[in-house]
Amino acid sequence: MAAGEELTLSSHIQHHLTNAKMCTVDGSIAFNKACSEAGFWTWHVDTLAWSIGLGILFLWIFHNVAKKSTVGVPGKLQCFVEMVVEFVAANVKDTYHGKSKLIAPLALTIFVWVFLMNLMDLVPVDFLPAFAGFVGETAFGMDSHDVYMKIVPTTDINMTAALAVGVFLLMIGYSIRIKGVLGFIKELTLHPFSTKNIPLQIVLIPFNLLLELIALVAKPFSLALRLFGNLYAGEMIFILIGAIGLAQLPLHFVWAVFHILVIVLQAFVFMMLTIVYLSMASSDNH
Amino acid sequence: MNLNATLLGELIAFTVFVLFCMKFVWPPLMNAIETRQQKIADGLAASDRAEKDLALAQDKAKDQLKDAKAQAAEIIEQARKREAKMIEEAAQKANAERDNILAQTKAEVEAERNRLREDLRKQVAALAVAGAERILQRSIDEAAHSDILEKLVQEL
Repeated sequence: MAAGEELTLSSHIQHHLTNAKMCTVDGSIAFNKACSEAGFWTWHVDTLAWSIGLGILFLWIFHNVAKKSTVGVPGKLQCFVEMVVEFVAANVKDTYHGKSKLIAPLALTIFVWVFLMNLMDLVPVDFLPAFAGFVGETAFGMDSHDVYMKIVPTTDINMTAALAVGVFLLMIGYSIRIKGVLGFIKELTLHPFSTKNIPLQIVLIPFNLLLELIALVAKPFSLALRLFGNLYAGEMIFILIGAIGLAQLPLHFVWAVFHILVIVLQAFVFMMLTIVYLSMASSDNH
Repeated sequence: MNLNATLLGELIAFTVFVLFCMKFVWPPLMNAIETRQQKIADGLAASDRAEKDLALAQDKAKDQLKDAKAQAAEIIEQARKREAKMIEEAAQKANAERDNILAQTKAEVEAERNRLREDLRKQVAALAVAGAERILQRSIDEAAHSDILEKLVQEL
């Protein structure tokens, strides 16, 4: 425990839910509380570091296996990797009927990356933040309460929103590529209320546009918020369980076991919805 | 919890990861999987074919064995016939030889007997002449009595 302020439960939880921030204040780099005024140009270094680290880990393993992949009898790691790849490929094949070289690798990246980031949730909540606080205190002379470390990137709305925005941009890109700009505009304006009566159709256009835009924008929102909400809530429960002393052990175990399901399921749902949305974006029959 | 520049950073990271995966991870893995599937399919087809070939070869071998057995039986039959024929020929030849030798020997014996008989007759004739000389004590004109002597000799 650091010297100074009393550690209350709410401050403990608050500490756990705060990202390590980095920003520039008056031309020099500042951290954490100094960044409260920085607004948009704040970087969550823990989210960035963990997510990119995990992404690189994923690509490093898969790339290594891919480089050494043999057509003959595969090794155990290759078997595992191929199992994941075939699982994703089967889902993509079932859902996406167009021809695209991007969808399958995109789905694989989302599935494994999101899974790995969610998996960080199973690391006991105090381990890495406490370790970071210890390192900050001993190596950098900081107050350990000022060292923040949120190790589950998917509990940061920026992370899930970034994924959703990426998928959203692809949805628009695919819509325009497959249907053309005009086709995309038509899709947004001539449905769901369509009529042969041209003046009436013109009157209906604003309603259609409103509905379709909401439907379109709801997709990335639901993607981002579903993943964020599930993981944030799960993390919150872990933090609360971690705060109740020795009794946490059985509870922690039960919640962790249940959370294994959530972790895989959320990664799968995110992947599946990405494929479905892109499939909808590239199909012509509305 | 506010949205901030982290989103941009993650978006860039996401893009880079997806592109990397698309270029360097997915194609080789998919290639390996599909090639192996093809290989397994080929292997199964080949094993099916080999099974069929084996059955065919076994049938062929059976046929050939049957042919060979039939041929062997035929050859043995021929050999037996030939053996019998050879034995018969040899027997015939031996018989002929025997008859030959017998006939020749008979002829020789006959000739010898004739010769001996002629000798004997001549000696008896001489003896008879000598006896008659003694009986008559006189020389008898051999020429005049030769018919009697001849007759005597004949009677002997």
